[in-house]
Amino acid sequence: MSNKLNKSNTATTTVGVQEPAQVLSVNKWKFIVWLFIITIVMLFASQTSAYLVRRAEGNWAEFEIPSIFWISTLVLIVSSITMHLSLQAAKKNENTKLKTLVAITTVLGLVFLGMQYLGWQDLQQQGIYLKGNPSGSFFYIFTGLHMAHLGLGLGILIATFIMAFRLKLDSSNTILVEVCATSWHFLDILWLYLFVFLLYFR
Amino acid sequence: MAAVAHADTHVHGHEEAHEHHEPQSFIKKYIFSEDHKVIAKQYLISGIVWALIGGFLSLVFRLQLGYPGIDLGWLKPILGERWFDEAGKLDPNYYIALVTMHGTIMVFFVLTAGLSGTFSNFLIPLQVGARDMASGFINMLSYWFFFLSSVIMFCSLFVQDGPAGGGWVVYPPLSALPDAAPGSGTGMTMWLVSMAIFIVSSLLGSINYVTTVINLRTKGMTFDKMPLTIWAFTFTAILGILSFPVLLSAALLLIFDRSFGTSFYLSDIYINGQALPNQGGSPILFQHLFWFLGHPEVYIVILPALGMTSEIIATNSRKPIFGYKAMIFSMLGIMFLAFIVWAHHMFMTGMNPFLGSVFTLLTLIIAVPSAVKAFNYITTLWRGNIIFTPAMLFSIGLVSFFVSGGVTGIILGNSALDIQLHDTYFVVAHFHLVMGSAAFFGMVAGVYHWFPKMFGRMMNSTLGYIHFWTTFIGAYMVFFPQHYLGIAGFPRRYYAYTGFDFTNKYQDLAQVSTIAAIVVFAANLVFLCNFFYSIFWGKKATQNPWKSNTLEWTTPINVGHGNWEGEIPTVYRWPYDYSKPGAAEDFIPQNIPFSATPESNFPYENELIKEEKEIEGIQFDYSIPD
Repeated sequence: MSNKLNKSNTATTTVGVQEPAQVLSVNKWKFIVWLFIITIVMLFASQTSAYLVRRAEGNWAEFEIPSIFWISTLVLIVSSITMHLSLQAAKKNENTKLKTLVAITTVLGLVFLGMQYLGWQDLQQQGIYLKGNPSGSFFYIFTGLHMAHLGLGLGILIATFIMAFRLKLDSSNTILVEVCATSWHFLDILWLYLFVFLLYFR
Repeated sequence: MAAVAHADTHVHGHEEAHEHHEPQSFIKKYIFSEDHKVIAKQYLISGIVWALIGGFLSLVFRLQLGYPGIDLGWLKPILGERWFDEAGKLDPNYYIALVTMHGTIMVFFVLTAGLSGTFSNFLIPLQVGARDMASGFINMLSYWFFFLSSVIMFCSLFVQDGPAGGGWVVYPPLSALPDAAPGSGTGMTMWLVSMAIFIVSSLLGSINYVTTVINLRTKGMTFDKMPLTIWAFTFTAILGILSFPVLLSAALLLIFDRSFGTSFYLSDIYINGQALPNQGGSPILFQHLFWFLGHPEVYIVILPALGMTSEIIATNSRKPIFGYKAMIFSMLGIMFLAFIVWAHHMFMTGMNPFLGSVFTLLTLIIAVPSAVKAFNYITTLWRGNIIFTPAMLFSIGLVSFFVSGGVTGIILGNSALDIQLHDTYFVVAHFHLVMGSAAFFGMVAGVYHWFPKMFGRMMNSTLGYIHFWTTFIGAYMVFFPQHYLGIAGFPRRYYAYTGFDFTNKYQDLAQVSTIAAIVVFAANLVFLCNFFYSIFWGKKATQNPWKSNTLEWTTPINVGHGNWEGEIPTVYRWPYDYSKPGAAEDFIPQNIPFSATPESNFPYENELIKEEKEIEGIQFDYSIPD
């Protein structure tokens, strides 16, 4: 309902013909989600640049990143695929498939969170704690911050599941699923960025 | 929210019911309201309360600065027994806490939340022609997060060890070690928690403003027809979206250093002869993160004020704004430059001199768009039929402060000169003029100008003139002497002038500042009386008291929920058609089509008549669900 056609001031369509004009604006909720994504990008951009600035000063402890983080990364990528499939299911009005796929995505998200936690325990066995050299502290902060944001993503997923369960989502009303997919893919890409960053700049 | 774009009742007749709003309960209407106008008023009242507190705190420490050792014992019942000795002398630790809280309150709670929160909320939907914000719920959330953060900050004023005391910039290690000073204890923790919540509130607000401006403009309101206020609010919101997360980052790492034993900012520190375990941190890292927000923050404070005064000055000069596009591009330039000059706050941190000169150059470039704006203001005023309403006077006051404070900015931006002037009263004088007073004047101008729209009544203009002249002369009296203190080398945040021979002789200048500050505070009490009296008993306003062109003046005098009764007006022209040659009146509102004003149209505007049908034919697209 909030969408309107914001015509550019240069008239391109012929006057008088009442044809449906081109939609130039996006749904406001999609727009809001993109703005949220920008704020999160800024948050992590500042964190990672702080990491680089601090690292350049020396006195930097190196440690092995536990292998479980590779598996958790894989899990998150798979969850992104199932999320993509659920959006397609929503567009095709396949409610049962939508519910199943959203549920799988949620579970995979939870598995990811669990694996990150196990990864932390592996790190502690290596002797890397939150306290201590900033290289380790940064690792905990990055993963922890990402997990916090993933928690929000899980909240949207659960909301989507509930709405799907109540049969509120069909091909004419996919905004919630689209918003959910956008944020989930973003959280996936964000983790890939952080993981590659942490691997490269150890 | 549900009624945002339901203007086109022909298409969706059955949804017309949404426009007739049921009477809401008191709580829904005035407390947890989702109406942008109510939220704006909530922000305004909160901002006023904070301004009173912040101003009061500044008087307390100004009294100490003007009259060192003065008996302030009569403040014990308000501020607590602990902070005054038997003779009533202010405790030095509490002095620095007062300075810190004054800065925090004024920068964030008054001039960010109070200014943007009030006027972005109030004016964006009214001036772009929307029924409400993009999401009324997020808007409400934004206010109540702000309220929560306000409550925490307010409580921190009264905790046992006193409020945060590391300066409003909260540099570690002082702020990172609870044992470092009384002001680094509980007060500091509460400061950080409060600011984290404040950032969330500010982000929610900014996201809403940008979405509304991009998505909810009425028919014909193309970007080149938007009032400069809207441009300014949009740029402000974008600045907030990009810079506040970085402050959150800085605060987050600081919280971890304080409470969880990490060492991001800490290294090689001894407290009471004991070495701390923290190794390998860098306090300069915090400064980089902080000023990456901190510098855009000063533009978050000043840009809305600049936008509103552009509007007020054009209206009351009865002339089109001079250089509409130049105004937009200079604001865009300021916004862009805001992100690449942060290190000019850090010339003294031992940075590479070459890097210092790069940041000097970038900083001085800001003078160019700022000067463009100043000249545009002056050329708008030039030979206009100026009407000196209180709002107009305050807007001109803003231009004056913006110029005189900006000139000292050029001095401070030079890394070589900054070595002498860094952290002296010269800096204090500079930013209190260019950002403090200027933004405050913009805010007050906005209150005077849009008061009739907010409350349906007029403010008393005689009291407005008294308010203006006292505040205007008073603010210069407060801050001008401080330039000389600064050049003489007196550092800011010091408890007294009397400790050093070289500053003793400037005691009289400090006294001038103090006396003027008291007078200014009193003048603003007059303003407050005027404000609250006029809400209830002011003269009834007419629909368009300033004969202004923008859309908010086409709404009913007492604007209801949904803003316009019936359809939202369509926009055909830019908002600055004042004193157009040939026109019957000296203003033509934005919703008057060119076809209705053949006597005053320019030839290219006659061409635009053809497009009017098309603009009217624009229909809201319901095929995309909400």
